[in-house]
Amino acid sequence: MEERNKRARFEQVVLPHLDAAYNLARWLTHNDHDAQDVVQETYLRAYRFFEGFRGGDSRTWLLAIVRNTSFTWMQRNRPPENTDVFDEQLHSEESESATPEALLLAGADQELVRKALEELPAQFREVLVLRELEGLSYKEIADVVNIPIGTVMSSLARARQRLREALVKCLAKES
Amino acid sequence: MSCQTTQKLLDGYLDGELDLVRNVEIEEHLGDCPACSEAYENRQALRSAVRAGAPYFKAPAALEKRVRSAVREASKAEPAPRVGSWRWLSVATVAAAVILVLVWAPVPGLREPSGETLLAQEAVSDHVRSLMAAHLTDVPSSDQHTVKPWFNGKLDFSPEVRDLSSQGFLLVGGRLDYLAGRPVAALVYQRRQHFINLFVWPVARGSNAAEEMLARQGYNLIHWTKGGMNYWAVSDLNQSELHEFVKLLH
Repeated sequence: MEERNKRARFEQVVLPHLDAAYNLARWLTHNDHDAQDVVQETYLRAYRFFEGFRGGDSRTWLLAIVRNTSFTWMQRNRPPENTDVFDEQLHSEESESATPEALLLAGADQELVRKALEELPAQFREVLVLRELEGLSYKEIADVVNIPIGTVMSSLARARQRLREALVKCLAKES
Repeated sequence: MSCQTTQKLLDGYLDGELDLVRNVEIEEHLGDCPACSEAYENRQALRSAVRAGAPYFKAPAALEKRVRSAVREASKAEPAPRVGSWRWLSVATVAAAVILVLVWAPVPGLREPSGETLLAQEAVSDHVRSLMAAHLTDVPSSDQHTVKPWFNGKLDFSPEVRDLSSQGFLLVGGRLDYLAGRPVAALVYQRRQHFINLFVWPVARGSNAAEEMLARQGYNLIHWTKGGMNYWAVSDLNQSELHEFVKLLH
């Protein structure tokens, strides 16, 4: 009986965040099949942890588990992703194009944006997904990614810089 | 406001995360400075491109069914509280313990200057592992009279277990862990979504030691010695609330 109550409460509190969980897992694992497996494992872990969850923000609580599960999953099933440190020399070239950056970006097609975001290193991709797609606040991002809140802004700044440079490079070539 | 400060805060401004004063200062600066203003427009353009181009992947319909049934299976299989379980002593823990012994064997006594650093590292690892590996507690209970007797026969000392729920720190349970080359009691408390691991074990010798505060990998640690016991509190909770927690224990 107690177990049934626990499950009912769990489904009520945690299941509504299924889309959020899947979206993050999908962006971190890059494909539907792995994302579904990660989400299932996430919910099983969350269920085991659920007694320790005493209210608060269930979405960030679940997303933190998605993130951990995704990274464990990737370590187990994938060769390590390229997590090169940002090479200032390589990436900081000014674009040759005379077109203002904002105009170039405005012309970026969806496929290009999606690909550029897919190719960002995971630590940049995850903060952008949480901020721009999931709409989390800095505090919530800090809780999910497990970094001090004071570093969220600089992480996002670096992530945006990387993405902007990747896009502008492609777009300048096209134009 | 200078261009340098503006550029540093521009993302916070874009995300609406700055306080009112900063917001006004940046707005004024952007009005006067074409370079910063362009930098801001570029960020806005990037945001629009991302929101228009990067899809939000909704869960496929079948996934909800799959998750529901997996959870149902898990709830059927869920045993009674895992009292007395030694499963926590996983291969990883044993390996860590072996490494710890190897590392510390040549060091005479644990009070070497590097002892604190090693111990802090180990305490953080234990804390992280407890959260990651679904081994937060061996005896999940918010009742101090359940948690304390559980350690009987598992440790050669009896840790004091306090109920601090009325002060906003909920007792989640207890766990056996391995620290400083020996089994220790880990008491788990919770403040909002933040867990605190409080590691307790007897001192070999020596007197009381005042609190010391450290930070490692984004976690805060406070350790002290009192009444013949070592205490290490580890959490991602902010320093002042962790300190409040420690004060309540005194």
